[in-house]
Amino acid sequence: MPYKVHVRIVPRAGLLDPQGQAVEHALGALGFAEASNVRIGKAIELAIEAKSPADAKARASVMCDKLLANPVTEDYLVEVES
Amino acid sequence: MKRVAVVRFPGSNCDFDTLHSAQRAGTDAYFVWHRESDLKGADFVLLPGGFSYGDYLRSGAIARFSPIMPAVQRFAQAGGPVLGICNGFQILCEAGLLPGALVRNSRLSFVSRPVALRVEQTDTAFTNRYRKGDLLRMPVAHGDGRFVADDRTLKELEATGRVVVRYVGLDGGALPEPINGSLDDIAGISNGDGNIVGLMPHPDRAADPAIGNTDGVGFFTSMLHWTGTASAVRTARGVGA
Repeated sequence: MPYKVHVRIVPRAGLLDPQGQAVEHALGALGFAEASNVRIGKAIELAIEAKSPADAKARASVMCDKLLANPVTEDYLVEVES
Repeated sequence: MKRVAVVRFPGSNCDFDTLHSAQRAGTDAYFVWHRESDLKGADFVLLPGGFSYGDYLRSGAIARFSPIMPAVQRFAQAGGPVLGICNGFQILCEAGLLPGALVRNSRLSFVSRPVALRVEQTDTAFTNRYRKGDLLRMPVAHGDGRFVADDRTLKELEATGRVVVRYVGLDGGALPEPINGSLDDIAGISNGDGNIVGLMPHPDRAADPAIGNTDGVGFFTSMLHWTGTASAVRTARGVGA
């Protein structure tokens, strides 16, 4: 059956994220002094035909390694909707 | 005459500049469309600048899987000389033919202006007509030009002389402000054998007296003089391969 899969891609810890910094400054300027460590990445949704949620997750991870994420600069997290 | 394949992707926009520069240097340069799978007997392969596939997902990420790329990979891995300019450099990194990655400029803005480069490595297929320390002026035009790599890779690039060109101030001194936030002000790198080179600045826009700048000509005339011996030379000097 098709599983709905959410892939979250974030810049590697330690890699300068100028978008995150700019948004953090803007939040500060709006008075949200409590916000910190803003990181901006990507969210990808897709449907994967698989035998089980674990199978869907494994396939999504391979897709991340090959195309969806760049292992040099990005980390990813895969979640399968149950 | 040296045969030079200029690969065109949907969204390439420096393809004609690159073709013209290669032809002006005295090569038999021709276009190869990305849907093709054969480089047609190329001695050299040039990946031009532009915005292949609209920079969707990441710059170069989708072009890297174009039908022509397996041929480019085989060619490069067999020692064939490949130059990636701007988007071409991004594609080479995404394809794993060069290490590291090119990410959003540190100030988030697209930079389009002349920069100065110092030539750091001349044992490559595309910089052998320069001398170490030469100062070149040419334009950059990119949004994703910040070169990043992990510490180990960066140290290795520096230690083995694989930084090919570096951003410097217009007078050759220190940069007054970063161009794009690249680590160590790296503008271009090579693989260990010097046959694969990538850089963000545009020698293809500085290779004709008609436009008032010929500093980039050497990248194209170097092709006429490449004998593919950089690896052996470097091994003999004991600075890695």
